[in-house]
Amino acid sequence: MSATMAEIGPYLALILVGFLPNEVWRVLGLVLVRGLDEDSQAIVWVRAVATAMLAGVLAQLILASSGALAAIPVGVRIGAACAGFVAFLIARRSVFTGVVVGEAAFVAGALAFGP
Amino acid sequence: MSEQPSASPLRASSSAFLDGLRAALGSVFFYVLLGNYVGIGALSYEFGFDLGWMVLSTLLIWAAPAQVILISTLGTATLIEVAIAVTLSSVRFLPMVAALLPMLKHERTRQRDLVLPMHFTAISVWVEGMRLLPAVATERRAAFYNGLGAGLISSAVIASAVGYYLAAKLPPLAAATLLFLTPMALLMSVSRNSRTLLDGLAFGLGLVVGPVVAAQKIGLDLMWTGLIAGTAAYVVHRLREAMR
Repeated sequence: MSATMAEIGPYLALILVGFLPNEVWRVLGLVLVRGLDEDSQAIVWVRAVATAMLAGVLAQLILASSGALAAIPVGVRIGAACAGFVAFLIARRSVFTGVVVGEAAFVAGALAFGP
Repeated sequence: MSEQPSASPLRASSSAFLDGLRAALGSVFFYVLLGNYVGIGALSYEFGFDLGWMVLSTLLIWAAPAQVILISTLGTATLIEVAIAVTLSSVRFLPMVAALLPMLKHERTRQRDLVLPMHFTAISVWVEGMRLLPAVATERRAAFYNGLGAGLISSAVIASAVGYYLAAKLPPLAAATLLFLTPMALLMSVSRNSRTLLDGLAFGLGLVVGPVVAAQKIGLDLMWTGLIAGTAAYVVHRLREAMR
């Protein structure tokens, strides 16, 4: 139970503890959905669950960042996201504009309040 | 549905595949993945993995959070711990694949035709697929989605190789800015896709419920967020339909 990568090598480790535990969810989705069609109520519900999970991923990425992003204050991350979203709305839902303004606000905020 | 019934199915599906590739190039996620995977490439260099391993991990796993976990914990944690952390980070694929595949099916679809679209499903491909597929004829959708997936995964593979070589030269602010691309693209793209009350409500509630659930420290944050916020949005949607 306490085996490590050193014992099995990086490629076998990639398959056993990277690929398989990740792919199992995709395969379950494929298996569970057999026979259901696009308009069934179960699928409508599942789609809402998937969308809410994406929102959860987004909140996690901004609030509980990891790596280099964690060094930037959380206020800067939230502020930049809000700035980008306002720009996105003003630019009539242009994803490109929203991302560029959000990133610019992020760099400006990081330079002003960052480490 | 098809304008030229005499055209071979193979040619029809390769043209749909090419349309999907083209859609990938026009997607904001193509560029976001470039930025994001430069970071992941740099990370795998720092942790001492070789380039072939890095590329293989993108092709096989195709999930940035799972890859970051794998790369940063494989050297120190036990294999069981790594596997648990990876699998907890990937629960989202179950509802995503389940919501997607029925859109790709038509009467001649075999189960094995759905395996590649299943594997290509990641946040980027799914978000763009859900947006673009309704305008694609049903028979062409699987090939279109495969083209979209192939295009976006290529962007990630190229970027991870570039990041691998840039690793030592990337200043911290540049690395942070690249990482911030993912939440930004996710926020804008999902908002753009949320045209219906159900989608918008699920997304908005998820943004509120997510941090609340995370603060309770009960684990499986994303699963609970999805079930609570998604089900609440669905109930509101059903009540509103019933009142019509």
